[in-house]
Parts: sequence; C-alpha cells; structure tokens
Amino acid sequence: MGSGRCAACRYLRRKCTDDCILSPYFPSNNPQRFVSVHRIYGASNVSKLLQRLPTHLRAEAADSLYYEAQCRLEDRVYGCVGLIFLLQQQIHAAESQLIKTQAEIAVMKSQVQHP
Amino acid sequence: MASSSSYNSPCAACKLLRRKCMPGCIFAPYFPPEEPQKFVNVHKIFGASNVTKLLNELLPHQREDAVNSLAYEAEARVRDPVYGCVGAITFLQRQVQRLQKELDAANADLIRYACNDIPTALPQAPGTSSFQPLTPRNRLPEFNRRNIGDGGGFYQVSGGALPYSFPWNDASSGDINDGGGEGGM
Repeated sequence: MGSGRCAACRYLRRKCTDDCILSPYFPSNNPQRFVSVHRIYGASNVSKLLQRLPTHLRAEAADSLYYEAQCRLEDRVYGCVGLIFLLQQQIHAAESQLIKTQAEIAVMKSQVQHP
Repeated sequence: MASSSSYNSPCAACKLLRRKCMPGCIFAPYFPPEEPQKFVNVHKIFGASNVTKLLNELLPHQREDAVNSLAYEAEARVRDPVYGCVGAITFLQRQVQRLQKELDAANADLIRYACNDIPTALPQAPGTSSFQPLTPRNRLPEFNRRNIGDGGGFYQVSGGALPYSFPWNDASSGDINDGGGEGGM
C-alpha cells in the first residue's frame, strides 16, 4: 500500500504490511466499515475468521461480517436476528394471504364454470 | 434462564476461560455448564470481552435475548464462515420477493375473474382486502453480492425452513417458527 495504511491498521495504529490480511477488505477510504466490525467482533477475531477462508471467499465474508456488525450496532439486543424474525413474519403473512386469495379465485372459477 | 453459580459448578464461560466463576458472573445466567458449545461458539466469533461489553450496555431484562441472538449468529457463522446469518437473510428475502410476485399474479387473476363476472362477484367483507401488497415495516439494505447464488452457502434448503429453529420463544411471532428445521441449539 506504499505509505498508505488500510483502515484497520490506521485505527489500530500499527504498520500496514504488504501481507496485511485486512487491507483488501477494509480500505482507508472507508474507516467506518472497520470501526463497525471491530466494535462487534474485534480485529483479531476478524483476522482469524478471514485467515481460515480461501482467498476468493474473503471479500464476501468481510462484507457479511460488516452487514451483521451494522445490524448489531443498530439493534443491540437482536442484531440481524431481528431481521430474520421480521422476514419470517412477512413470509407467514404472505403465505396466508396467498392461500386466501387462491381460495377466492377457486370460488370465482367455480361460479364462472357452473353459474 | 439457568444459573450455575450455585455450589461449585462454574458456568460454561468460566469453565472454558479457566477461571473461578464468581457470584454475579455476568455469563453465568446465560451460559449454563450443560451447554458448553453455546459459549464456545460465541467466544470463537465475538470473543468473551466483546460479549461482556455488549451485555454491560444492556438492561438486565434484555440480556437473555441478546445472548441467545448472539449464540444464534455465532452458530450460523461457525456453520457458514462466509455468509453466517446473512445467508439466511438473503434466502428469506428472496422468498419474500417470490411470494410477492405470486401474490401479485393471484390478485391480477382475481381482478380478471371479478371483471369478467361482475354480477356474481363476491362482495368484499368489510376490513378485508385481497389487494394488500407486502410492505415491510422495517427494510434494511439487502445484501447483494455477485455470487451469492440461491441463498448462499449453508442455507440452500427447500421448503423455506431454516436449518435450525430459534431456541427461545418470541411471543409476537407465535407459531412462526413451526418450520424451523432440524432442532434448536
């Protein structure tokens, strides 16, 4: 990175080496991204998580960690699990509504076919 | 809610951290010794000190749900190190979109039948409507990545069931978690 440190190393006030595992995923132009992830997981946990993954999957993993960290910062009690609950409720409501609508269609169809 | 600081039984956290489980241990009510894996996962993903900080920010009555949601997220991340819970969220968001399309199509059919057959159209009961689009009360940004596939990683299950159910009851969702899959944590 030359003289530029990644957001992680800048925040942690350390030298950003060429093989810094965090630098590809926490660029210096988005410091808030690392701050969020660090607050929830901690830099060393994130590094360990990424290190266990093949390189081509690390970007996705970093993004999903950031997403979950943001959810947890917005909802300290439920984090992204609150969203899972909400989606399940929406699915339940939509399925009920669909069944109801399909039943109404069936009634109308039978009325059309057998006036 | 189990408390393990009675007698000499350390909680799962203190057992893993190899320290004395003191009365008033913040982990003890939520990490009983009979469920060691719960703390193992949480510690692996979040770290004990981050969990302590989070719990200290919350009111006591909020902590159990917070720990359970952290445990859920941690287990999801252990099972799917790339996507964690986000895999489930993406899967569920796609289900919502699919159902919305089906509902739109069904409503369009209903309109067609109603228009073609106005004299015999069913009267709408007051307060009900078949034309109710889904409006999420609280929409967070969707997680869109290039290669997330059909829900991503671990969460490619059929029938809409999550791989595992929530371990605690949510009164507002009632029996929402009926299709919760292969058992709790």
